[in-house]
Amino acid sequence: MAKKVFGDMDKAYLLCDSKYFFMHEPNQQTDSLQDLKDIRRIMERSSRFISLSGLSGVAAGVCALTGAFISYSILDNYYGDYNSSGFFSGDDFSRLKIKLLVVAASVFVVAFASSYYFTWRKANKQGLPLWDHTSKRLAWNMLVPLATGGAFIVGMLRYDVWAFVAPASLIFYGLALVNASKYTLSEIRYLGYCEIVLGLINMLFIGYGLWFWAVGFGILHIVYGISMWAKYERK
Amino acid sequence: MKNPITGLNKVFESRIRLGVMSVLMVNEEVNFNDLKEMLEVTDGNLATHLVNLEENGFIKVHKGFIGKKTNTTYSVTKSGEKAFTDHITALENMIKGVK
Repeated sequence: MAKKVFGDMDKAYLLCDSKYFFMHEPNQQTDSLQDLKDIRRIMERSSRFISLSGLSGVAAGVCALTGAFISYSILDNYYGDYNSSGFFSGDDFSRLKIKLLVVAASVFVVAFASSYYFTWRKANKQGLPLWDHTSKRLAWNMLVPLATGGAFIVGMLRYDVWAFVAPASLIFYGLALVNASKYTLSEIRYLGYCEIVLGLINMLFIGYGLWFWAVGFGILHIVYGISMWAKYERK
Repeated sequence: MKNPITGLNKVFESRIRLGVMSVLMVNEEVNFNDLKEMLEVTDGNLATHLVNLEENGFIKVHKGFIGKKTNTTYSVTKSGEKAFTDHITALENMIKGVK
């Protein structure tokens, strides 16, 4: 025979508590609580871009890993041919450079587009605008370190210094994320720290840039994306 | 202006005025359209509440231009900041049941 009880006995004390509230000041306490909650929500929403989706991180990470894999096989091919023929042609080398550049550019475009899609979808679901003053501020504050890093790398390439491209891009990207964390989900700061540390370690292992890139832009993004998705978006 | 019993500020009894202050507390300067979007209110409604807040000396209005379009931005004043924090403290006290 099932025992007949009213509601959940674990929550019985709540009944007593709320009864106590209502006897004294009808609604005032619940009103205050609601007011504080609203204030907090509005402050959060108006000062940070909160629609950034974890899936955007995952998408960018997958693109980066794919790009790294393609680049690796192109390089492998090239050095394989080079070793077997023992012959070096300037034409082959410039063709290799162009190939890698095309891969890099397409990875960037696809990664950007797919990240944009998931964030757009999240903003839509939340009923928030995608391009408001919070996202503008986020974009600007990310762009400053990123553009600086980009110009710095171009500057190095003018002197044909290729060795530091990977570490510099990881470090400047990390700095951009740490800076961005003030204007979006604050956890992105930890992703930024990891990128910076990875870039600095890469300085000790020059020549393994592609591997560090794959970890920094691929694996870290995926790990970050999944944990953010699990924290904020999973239902 | 203040309710002598609870310490709550009458001006912030309106949800919209409370919302405007919340936005301005965490943003240096916000323009009319962004406020409207964030608080999901109509032009006329928001304008009335902004005038009220300005008359109370809680917010500052800056009229500017972007090209030929007017761009009015709002920011919080020192006394507005104080009134708002006092109001929050009062709300918190209400919850704790302290007077």
